[in-house]
Amino acid sequence: MENHEHEPHENHITSYTTLAKVLIGLLFLTFITVAVTGIHLGPLTVAVALIIACVKGGIVLTWFMHLKFELPVFRYMVLGVFLLFALIIIVTFFDYAFR
Amino acid sequence: METQNNQLNYIEDTQGRWGIFAWIFSTDHKRIGILYLISITTFFLLAALMGGLMRLELIAPGETIMDAQTYNGLFTVHGIIMIFLVVIPGLGAVFGNFFLPIMIGARDVAFPRLNLFSWWIYMAGAILAVYSQFAGDGPPDTGWTFYAPYSTESGTNVVAAVFAAFVLGFSSILTGLNFIVTIHRMRAPGMTWFKMPLFPWSLYATAWIQVLATPIVGITLMMIVAERLFQIGFFDPALGGDPILYQHLFWIYSHPAVYIMILPAMGVITEIIPTFAKKSIFGYKAIALSSVAIAAVGYFVWGHHMYTSGMSGTARWFFSFLTFIVAIPSAIKVFNWVATMYKGSIDARTPFLYAATFIFLFMIGGLTGLVLGSLATDVHVHDTSFVVAHFHYIIFGGMGFAFFAAIHYWWPKMFGKMYNERVANIAWLITFVGFNVLYFPLFVIGIQGMPRRYFDYLPEFHAGHLISTIGAFILLSGLFLMIINIYRAKKHVTPAGDNPWGGVTLEWQVPSPPPTLNFDEIPTITKSPYSFEK
Amino acid sequence: MEEHRDDIGSRMGMWIFIFTELLLFGGLFLVYAIYRADYSAEFHTAAHELNAFIGALNTVILLVSSATVAMAITAVQKENKKLALILVAITLLMALFFLVNKYFEWGHKIHLGIYPGSELLTKLERGELLFFGLYYFMTGLHGFHIVVGMILLTVVFFKIKSGAINAGSFVLLENGGLYWHLVDLIWIFLFPLLYLLT
Repeated sequence: MENHEHEPHENHITSYTTLAKVLIGLLFLTFITVAVTGIHLGPLTVAVALIIACVKGGIVLTWFMHLKFELPVFRYMVLGVFLLFALIIIVTFFDYAFR
Repeated sequence: METQNNQLNYIEDTQGRWGIFAWIFSTDHKRIGILYLISITTFFLLAALMGGLMRLELIAPGETIMDAQTYNGLFTVHGIIMIFLVVIPGLGAVFGNFFLPIMIGARDVAFPRLNLFSWWIYMAGAILAVYSQFAGDGPPDTGWTFYAPYSTESGTNVVAAVFAAFVLGFSSILTGLNFIVTIHRMRAPGMTWFKMPLFPWSLYATAWIQVLATPIVGITLMMIVAERLFQIGFFDPALGGDPILYQHLFWIYSHPAVYIMILPAMGVITEIIPTFAKKSIFGYKAIALSSVAIAAVGYFVWGHHMYTSGMSGTARWFFSFLTFIVAIPSAIKVFNWVATMYKGSIDARTPFLYAATFIFLFMIGGLTGLVLGSLATDVHVHDTSFVVAHFHYIIFGGMGFAFFAAIHYWWPKMFGKMYNERVANIAWLITFVGFNVLYFPLFVIGIQGMPRRYFDYLPEFHAGHLISTIGAFILLSGLFLMIINIYRAKKHVTPAGDNPWGGVTLEWQVPSPPPTLNFDEIPTITKSPYSFEK
Repeated sequence: MEEHRDDIGSRMGMWIFIFTELLLFGGLFLVYAIYRADYSAEFHTAAHELNAFIGALNTVILLVSSATVAMAITAVQKENKKLALILVAITLLMALFFLVNKYFEWGHKIHLGIYPGSELLTKLERGELLFFGLYYFMTGLHGFHIVVGMILLTVVFFKIKSGAINAGSFVLLENGGLYWHLVDLIWIFLFPLLYLLT
């Protein structure tokens, strides 16, 4: 006997078409990333590339990795880990940005 | 189901395996806990003896029993064994494995085979660590911190030692992973988060640090190996790298690792105090959440190891500020323990003596930590024996004494036999006195300017070192008395009983030693874990 | 006692393992961020040596393989064993393509004398040297994860074939898939940071 709080929809099936749409979206975003580097945006280029990468990562996490259909606690954990990593980078730059 | 009396306990139940294989291939969390207990005790004694040898070298100025290179090797090996093989797995791997499932009303951890696998990885890492001392070009002499650029240049056997630390980290990660899933998924019906005992709470916070901090040191150690083998230049100023970056990466793990050591210790103390004060814990939620707060804030104070490294001024005050913040949740716990004892009917048995000693020594360690955490004073005492004294008060006085407290508290449950309490109390007195005689003088000569990791010193530090060495041998004799006394408990004929201390958490409601499946029927929890009122 | 089974718990365990992997690479991304801030011009010059086309091709390969392994879960749930096997096989084939590409990419660079510790590299600007150090370390570690993922998915393939993974019990496939998506996820960040700097 375990403490199964709120079981999610255990037999959720993601349809082939949804997955195909997600794939097309990801390929499109990849195309945009490559195309954008051709335009000279200066320092913004990296920012744009990283924002697009984050969007792609979010899509992979949500649909391919089924986060959308898991218990909420999974989403909190993932969010926490990314927050932690962002904070580590920021705190380290307290040193490098002010040397 | 069978009745309680017909069930074999976990020691009798070999599950059809023969001799030693019934232990090293068993997936029973209790047997795995015992495996860790034996291995960790062995490594602890080994490294403690090395500590004794170092103290002997420092008994008088000049070379006494070893040369400088041997001394460098010895403090490195002492550090590697104590940190990676003893203190970091320590309480979690031994008592966490044994008692976490019982305390939350489960039959085992979530992944029993993975649990056994962790122990095997631990042993593999241990063998590598020992191998690095004897094979190749001599024992590593970098200190357990493997600071670049020296670790990328030293001619000693650094790669093997670094790889050992990497493997041990992997074992630590798997244990942490197992505990997190166990606590999320396997609590008994009715045991909400805030009805869970506080030792599991501390293990939960610890497990997250193990999982989220260890990979960083893993990759850092890999970079050291790559640096040595391929000259990738990450930490080599000649190739454009930055040695301070190594220190950042190293302490991003190794400072949180300090909390891997101390959080379960705090959890143990939180279990022991209410049992012997016969009073419900004061401030349950504050203690539970302060564990989480320590884990979270403790992640961002790593820079206080690096004030003198050449880091930017902004980073220095920032890290100093956060260091003071992290003292708050630690102090909350201390106040709650004291408040729990207030007006309790205290029964000063052996486990309680150790627990009270923990609070005393942890206070000294914690407050001297603030001396080191504040920028100006740290610059004065950085890398002196003041630091050595400080972290031994935390790690040995804190985690070590909590381990002794835990073993005296839970031994009758684990083996069903009580040790001789009178001898145990004498051993407590000797270790307590020896500990303070050993480490307190190091504060004094540290402030006077005695550097750490030196095998020789100026004559003015002689008195301090002499007293400290005498303390070391008092401490060692106390330790041996304690271990022999615990070991001799098996000769006692009369069983200890299921609940010798009058504890109220779940582990005291199962037989001693516990049956293989822990519970006949998984209990349903309705009350808070520390309700002494009937 | 019958074997304790908890699919959610298993997936949670896999996720936590994925967190450790993310932070393992996280350490490298931190090193990258710091040296890139210090040597941004030299990183740009060095990145010219990388072939953005191969990088983009490998991105597409990994995205497709990620989709196929996700579809394999759908196929198993719909009890279409044959399709599931085909989809996992495609994933494995894609992984192989990725490694072949990587082999030629690395081979070409080593042929040009660009590899850690090479004479050419020590003569370059310091920032360029660090860039190539990071390039080899990051793509090497990522490649290692591709190999591990392939081993996992091969096991999964045979378990689907034997029927051990079926519509009633497929958490192993889900976990293998999660690991594969992780490999993809990391590449999604590696690709712009290493190849698209020009």
